[in-house]
Amino acid sequence: MSEMRYSRRSILKTGAAAMAASALPAPMIWAQEIKDITLRQFGTGVSNLNDVARKVKEDLGFTLSMTALDSDAVTQRAATQPDSFDIADIEYWICKKVWPTGNLQAMDTSKIKNYDKIVGIFRSGKLTPESVIAQGTAPHTVGFVEGPDSTVFAKEETGWMTLIPTIYNADTLGIRPDLIGRPIESWAELLNPEFRGKASILDISSIGIMDMAMVCEAMGEITYGDKGNMTREEIDRTMAIFTEAKKSGQFRAFWKTFDESVNLMASGEVVIQSMWSPAITAVKSRGIPCVYQPLKEGYRSWGGGIGLSKNLSGMALEAAYEYINWYLSGWVGGYLMRQGYYSAVPETSKNFMTENEWGYWFEGKPATDTITSPTGDTLAQAGEVRDGGSFEERMGRVACWNAVMDENRYMVRKWNEFIAS
Amino acid sequence: MRINGSLPGWVQAAPLALVMLAFLVAPIVMIGVVSFWQATEFSIIPAFTLENYEFLFASPVTWKVFLATFKYAAITWALTLSIGFTVAYFLAFHVRSQNMQIALFLLCTIPFWTSNIIRMISWIPFLGRNGIANQTLISWGVIDQPLEWLLYSDFSVILAFVHLYTLCMVVPIFNTMMRIDRSLLEAARDAGASGVQTLVNVILPLTKPGIMIGTIFVVTLVMGDFITVRFMSGSQSANVGRLISNDIALLQYPSAAATSIVLLATVLIVIGILLRFVNIRKEL
Repeated sequence: MSEMRYSRRSILKTGAAAMAASALPAPMIWAQEIKDITLRQFGTGVSNLNDVARKVKEDLGFTLSMTALDSDAVTQRAATQPDSFDIADIEYWICKKVWPTGNLQAMDTSKIKNYDKIVGIFRSGKLTPESVIAQGTAPHTVGFVEGPDSTVFAKEETGWMTLIPTIYNADTLGIRPDLIGRPIESWAELLNPEFRGKASILDISSIGIMDMAMVCEAMGEITYGDKGNMTREEIDRTMAIFTEAKKSGQFRAFWKTFDESVNLMASGEVVIQSMWSPAITAVKSRGIPCVYQPLKEGYRSWGGGIGLSKNLSGMALEAAYEYINWYLSGWVGGYLMRQGYYSAVPETSKNFMTENEWGYWFEGKPATDTITSPTGDTLAQAGEVRDGGSFEERMGRVACWNAVMDENRYMVRKWNEFIAS
Repeated sequence: MRINGSLPGWVQAAPLALVMLAFLVAPIVMIGVVSFWQATEFSIIPAFTLENYEFLFASPVTWKVFLATFKYAAITWALTLSIGFTVAYFLAFHVRSQNMQIALFLLCTIPFWTSNIIRMISWIPFLGRNGIANQTLISWGVIDQPLEWLLYSDFSVILAFVHLYTLCMVVPIFNTMMRIDRSLLEAARDAGASGVQTLVNVILPLTKPGIMIGTIFVVTLVMGDFITVRFMSGSQSANVGRLISNDIALLQYPSAAATSIVLLATVLIVIGILLRFVNIRKEL
């Protein structure tokens, strides 16, 4: 039954996408030569999807070759091998690290059709006019530069964008409600002795330190000037609290890959841990209850975007702009949003989602029918509501963004000590 | 005349020498050079500095981690040796027919047809809190609560090491034992030695080269490992390999290179000491 529905929907979507594709003006010369163009994109696994490459070939005619790497390798490649890629799909904090190397070129926003519709977070930094800008590397702070060749970030919108935002989300702790059996409301619960030997945190220093900071602040132990840019003293105190917890056996394990986090949670080794949204989905799809728990201190958020290599020019550069415009035109957005991420231009994505999907994923309404992922897995039943609610409720409560600190090298060494302690 | 005479020898040695030079010596030299370079977050600068070594030796973490690495190596060595020796002894002296010996020996190697990583990871669901081991023990009434230390502990790390590397002990020891002249055992028997005396005074000394080769395998494998420690300890313990892998992940290549050089030196010293005890050339 659900399979039939899925295929009907995918037919509808293909039709809609074809319409969108024919609406994109493509000059005649293009049609001839564009087939020979290959754009090499690399980035983290979340948005490097083969379905996207396939769809690009279908809609735009050129070839997009994808390479998926972990965020450390992505940073390294963007910083050290500018000739190895045309399009970098990186996170904003990576952009802060990599942009000063001059390996990427700024984009002319006048060439981006849906620029005005991009969510405020990526332009002024504010979701709504009243929003308070969160700590950390907020995307708009590294989103613009003064001119096409500038390596210095601008304070406001300038017409030259570093990354075109593609995908973002708000992260929090994942819990096993069946094994905890009481409401969880604060980040501080991660170090609650009640969960001794059943907690976990991710072993990726740049993100892990943020989760630690959320916990220490929630416990009332430390008040940070900026969680995304800690002083040495703040790093030391944070690590001291977590080292003590580690020694007293608070943590069952640390995880580094997506699969590890899923297995820890699904097997019941861990009942509360830092987690990513699709990992929750993966646990749930095994029939095990798992909640992406909204917490009163807010979310730790992250965002990614695509940047253009310095070496792109001429026809390939035009193709890249075409690709960016296509990216924001809705199909990819719809695809990503049906996995639980958000797209930079939600209103175009809406055209590629059913009313039920849009209501569930974006508006926080109860599902009116089964919710399936783009690959056909059942994610939620009719009546269920997304953890954390609507887009505004979730993205409006971001406490800090993933960041890279000025004291990054010091932090990394301290992190190594923490793991070895 | 002498040069002419040795020319064919040089030519014969050249291919292997070139391969070793290109793929062993050159990379190690490169690592050595990089270990003296400077690094920023995303680039390495070829400028001489001792900073990497200074930091390495000044950090208490380094000492702790090296100590942990030695601990893993020592315990794993002791366990693999006793198991490996027993298995090899059984195969060599208790199993009479050669066909049977070969069959049983192949049986030992069957688990090694799958990858290292798979053999290691398959312990995780077995030892977990709700894993087979705990469930079985609970159903037998041996324990009331699941044993937490079965997984993500030093116990699980060493268990995996022993499982992975015991064969590396069995093979060389078995090989040496098979070469022991059986008439020596008969002579010992005739001279009135008990089974234990034969074992200690005849078999053990004659098996030493095999034990030493197995020891070198096990010690170098354990000291150079990082993935077993990471998976089986749930990232909670560290050995030197993990320090290096963390550094590489964080793009700190010079620091990783310095740690590698120190590890390499340590392992070479350990092997140097081991070779003082036994002349394994006799074996080769």
